[in-house]
Amino acid sequence: MDIFKNTTFDFLRWRWHALALSVLIVLAGIGYMATRGGLPLGIDFSGGTIVVLKFDRPVTEEAVRNAVASLPGEKVVQRYGQAGENEILVRLPETGAEQGFSLEEGSKAILAAVETANLGTFEVLSTEVVGPVIGKDLQRKGIYATLASILGIAIYIAVRFRPSFAIGAIVATFHDIFVTLAFLAFFGYELSLNVVAAILTIAGYSVNDTIVVFDRVRENLKLMRREPLDRVVNTSVNQTLARTVITAGTTFLAVLALYIFGGDVLRGFAFTMLVGIVSGTYSTVFIASAIAIILSQRKAARAGGAEPSAARKGGARPATNGARPADKPARKPARKGA
Amino acid sequence: MTKNLQWKLLIILAVIALAVFSFYPPREKVRLGLDLKGGVHLVLRVQTDDALKLETEMATERLREALAQRNIVPGNIAAEPPSRFVVAGVTAGQDAQFRTIADEQVGAVFNRVSGAGGSYTFDIKPNVAVTLRDETVRQALQTIERRVNEFGVAEPIVAPHGTSNDQILVQLPGVTDVGRAKELIRSTALLELKLVEQGPAPTREALLQTTNGVVPPSLEVISGVDDRGITGQAGATVYYLVRKTAAITGRDLRNARPSLDENSRPAVSFSLNNEGARKFGTATGENVGRLLAIVLDGRVQSAPRIDSRITDEGRITGSFTQQEVSDLSLKLRSGALPASLTYLEERTVGPTLGADSVRAGVMASVTGLALVALFMLGYYKLSGINAIVSVFLNLLILLGFMAYVDATMTLPGIAGFILTIGMGVDSNVLIFERIKEELAAGKGVKAAVAAGFDRVWWTIVDTHVASLIAAAFLFQFGTGPIRGFATTLFFGLLSNVFTAVFVSRTLFEFVLSRRQTATTLSI
Repeated sequence: MDIFKNTTFDFLRWRWHALALSVLIVLAGIGYMATRGGLPLGIDFSGGTIVVLKFDRPVTEEAVRNAVASLPGEKVVQRYGQAGENEILVRLPETGAEQGFSLEEGSKAILAAVETANLGTFEVLSTEVVGPVIGKDLQRKGIYATLASILGIAIYIAVRFRPSFAIGAIVATFHDIFVTLAFLAFFGYELSLNVVAAILTIAGYSVNDTIVVFDRVRENLKLMRREPLDRVVNTSVNQTLARTVITAGTTFLAVLALYIFGGDVLRGFAFTMLVGIVSGTYSTVFIASAIAIILSQRKAARAGGAEPSAARKGGARPATNGARPADKPARKPARKGA
Repeated sequence: MTKNLQWKLLIILAVIALAVFSFYPPREKVRLGLDLKGGVHLVLRVQTDDALKLETEMATERLREALAQRNIVPGNIAAEPPSRFVVAGVTAGQDAQFRTIADEQVGAVFNRVSGAGGSYTFDIKPNVAVTLRDETVRQALQTIERRVNEFGVAEPIVAPHGTSNDQILVQLPGVTDVGRAKELIRSTALLELKLVEQGPAPTREALLQTTNGVVPPSLEVISGVDDRGITGQAGATVYYLVRKTAAITGRDLRNARPSLDENSRPAVSFSLNNEGARKFGTATGENVGRLLAIVLDGRVQSAPRIDSRITDEGRITGSFTQQEVSDLSLKLRSGALPASLTYLEERTVGPTLGADSVRAGVMASVTGLALVALFMLGYYKLSGINAIVSVFLNLLILLGFMAYVDATMTLPGIAGFILTIGMGVDSNVLIFERIKEELAAGKGVKAAVAAGFDRVWWTIVDTHVASLIAAAFLFQFGTGPIRGFATTLFFGLLSNVFTAVFVSRTLFEFVLSRRQTATTLSI
């Protein structure tokens, strides 16, 4: 069985359209977030209210979670004390001062919600405010760590392939992160620790996907010496298309199961992954290669201008010859040694 | 089967055995984090009064010294903790001068109210008190976070708690020794090295004989355990008269680590930062031959003799156990708490994700994996088995690694698992697609398999090295959940290179070795 056998889609013809679409989504996302004062932060980042309830008969965390589901924000429902004590701890995020969601109102809202759910009589053992688990300091560290890791990848790609490819990969990675954030905003998800973990996964997935295509480009550059770079890239994208789609499909399938059956708590996590996988696949096919080619051609055009003979020889496609000198893939002779 | 192939199969079996051995039984060996399994819920109160008390005492000392320099000796200066001190008996002639000096020295922090007969009351300004208290809680929060992290607890919750602004919520995943964890969090770990002026003596009275029973203003009496046998009784309390101002404190440390003393008893070695080394060099150089008291949380641990000038290294000896030594080094590294703590609450709690969510998540993951396995079988037919085996092995090895390094599994860590599985499937897909291409190009089965693996090898190296670099950076610079993600990803990638390339290839070779004249491949 084969899907996409010997395809010859002309992906690069659509590169400007693809770039425009991506810019549009990212801008819309940023605009949407800006009007709402950024992505809403989950309780890990914002802090909120803790209420401990004691029920007179056994209740499940799920029942309590369903009861408070209508309240705004991401809730944490946790068993408190030993199992037989029927105590449940509910953490509710602060939903912003402008809504005036104070400690009292937060706990009142929880009480009202649990009362209507008819889970038996209960008493409130304590009500407290709680600060953020991930304070400003940790947030900054997390962002630095992510940037450092993307930079590390970029340096590796620049060394193993060429600098323009590294830029293509970085742009694709940031593209995926921003598109994912945009969709999180559109669908009203909050930024929680689990969502952050999913975003890191997406970044890793995107880079992996991109490198596979770049690797094929590097191989084909040797085999197709007379072809212009954009043709080589297009062929490579087509050759790896089956793999790109199968890998994305299987991963999507696995995460979809998590999204459907994983319950409310994991839905944000799974949603982030789903969007990221689609975006990662899209950016591999349309964005990463496109950026790499656009940058390579720029460089080639400059090199061609300085060297008229090369431009003449290249005829209508100065990019081909111009790109060649820059292409010194670090091929190891040990390639067969695997 | 060739000899070579036998060896390869043997290696694979050995790795499987090793992995299973490290995580079996999983209930004991694989630690689950707070989000998946729950743990201990602690609420602490920071005694912010301690900080005010310290500020008041320091101000009292400062004022006393400044006054003494100008020969103003009022009848009495006494601190009334936490936030007040009183001065009495300022003579009328020196009154104006006293006010000027007092405003200079403590005016920024204290309000001055004059009473009858040259007496004054100084109270900490309310806004300063608020800032001091907030600052103290913030520092305590950071110190606890550092300690908990160094203790090896993955992804704890440490957050400000309550409306009174002096409580801290700590949730720790299932630590086995709750008492030790609590003590580790709570102890102040204030280290001070102070010069001994007199002592040790078996009683307070004996110590103060030479000073006629009075403690001079710049000195203080601190007790400790008898480590020289002067009382002739092991473990008895002895008293030291030491300088109030410490030669160096825990703030001057650069590092602290467990070591042994000259009698091979557990001790803590420390090294000092530049500032600390300079201060310590001066203090020890000027006082060779005298005793130096090592004071931890207001108690003398030991008082060794200064044999020579010491600059950047030192050792804390005393009667410690191995565990005390390692806990003490950890506490010294993470810094002293600015105030003492009391526990208000201690409860066990369920997983933060909720037990039901964890169950649902496990079910969903198993369903997802089953779907992927079905797809691989349907699409790659018999070769799909190959992919399933290598991904399954990858999971086994990763679990083994995690248990071996004693890592804690959390949801972000599981995200690392998912990425690992994704990359494992991807490696197999890459190889299979390549083999298909080679077959389509007219190669024989064996040649196509060999070429498929060879061609894809560098792709796999590139994708994995790039991700390993990312994981290493995330681990180095990240905290908590980011580290959990990075750890699983790192080990997952390493084991994936083994399973997707080595194991999968060996399986192909094994199957093909039994069909010497294979002309078709189920792929």
